Amino acid sequence: MHRQQVLYLWLAEGALDTGTIAWAFHDGTKGTGPGLPDCEPPFANGVAALEDGWFLLQSPAPYVTQPGAEHGASYLPNEFVFVRSIEI
Amino acid sequence: MPAKDHRLTTAEMAEFVANGYLRFDALVPDVLNQQALAELRDLYPLKLGNAVKATGLNPDELGITKAKQDVQTPESLTPLSECYPPPSAIGEMLRLPQVHGIIESLAGTDPLFDHDFVHFIGANSPTGQHLHVDAVVDNRDPSFDIQLFYYPSEVKPGAGGTRFIPGSHLRFTRAEGVSRYQKILGEQHYHGSAGTVLIFHHGLWHAGQPNPSPEDRWMYKIRLNPTVPQIRLWNQDDFGALHNDPRDHTFAHARTDSVAQKLRKMQPWQKGHEARYEQMERAKLWRYLSGDQDFDVDYYHTRMERRTRANQEL
Repeated sequence: MHRQQVLYLWLAEGALDTGTIAWAFHDGTKGTGPGLPDCEPPFANGVAALEDGWFLLQSPAPYVTQPGAEHGASYLPNEFVFVRSIEI
Repeated sequence: MPAKDHRLTTAEMAEFVANGYLRFDALVPDVLNQQALAELRDLYPLKLGNAVKATGLNPDELGITKAKQDVQTPESLTPLSECYPPPSAIGEMLRLPQVHGIIESLAGTDPLFDHDFVHFIGANSPTGQHLHVDAVVDNRDPSFDIQLFYYPSEVKPGAGGTRFIPGSHLRFTRAEGVSRYQKILGEQHYHGSAGTVLIFHHGLWHAGQPNPSPEDRWMYKIRLNPTVPQIRLWNQDDFGALHNDPRDHTFAHARTDSVAQKLRKMQPWQKGHEARYEQMERAKLWRYLSGDQDFDVDYYHTRMERRTRANQEL
């Protein structure tokens, strides 16, 4: 039986090798599978997550800003989603 | 440290604009902390009961202790000067010169009561909140409310005090949209001595945390709405020395002793080019607070505005 683990990394810029600034981890194995490395951030950048066996599921596309909203700051823009499947 | 008249300095105001909060350790004397804590214990069932009732649930069925009959709380739109009249330790705390001076600097002498709440997390409690912004997503008006967080008792390191994200106050996000961030570089988890006060810009992302410690945790939060323009309400003694003109520009000539320099200082999560937009938002807020519509940090607004103006003059 397999269960999914999901890792969100928010990176400093749109490139996968830029630094991690925020993260979230959701564990479908209820703790029976491996966790994240015991450091903060768990991966220095997105490539480090690939090297640890995570698969990239989604990366952010560049976007065109709306007129009048060119300079506003909002959610963390560079959200990369990774998954791995764990046999339990 | 605030000025002798207890109002904030220009340097502190610039820090507030950059980070979205200010911290004052052990600002409230211990005797008053003890009295306030006793009042908060009485106030808590009333505030919690009212909030539960508003959702259509019955506080009695949920086992919420009945509030004492004589506990009074202000209504929204009450001037701060009329909130918690004597004898009240909460009122006394709010009227302390060192607390009122901070409030006056940011929101004027007599802002309006928006709401308050008593946050209680019992010892060894797993209850916690997702990261959030209070109320709703804001418009682009640079005026702001303040939220005063008062800790009447010590919160030890590891006791799960308020989590907050310095520098997040100008991000214009929906209240629930930031819950996805479990950890952000540079986030803080409050701990400190009894009597400590944090002042937040209303937009700062924050969350109550589980309390794994053997001590109960209490915090009182009050939101205040300004009734006057928030322009140069603080102590002005250091304003002339720190306030810069738009020539303060990292890629030309940058001062190291100016408001702009304080606004350039980013948090660990504010990296890369994204930080430039943060800087622009901070500059806009300082324009409002200082009343100087030409103020800038690193020329981002100035070059566009001058271009536009030049074409309008054709």
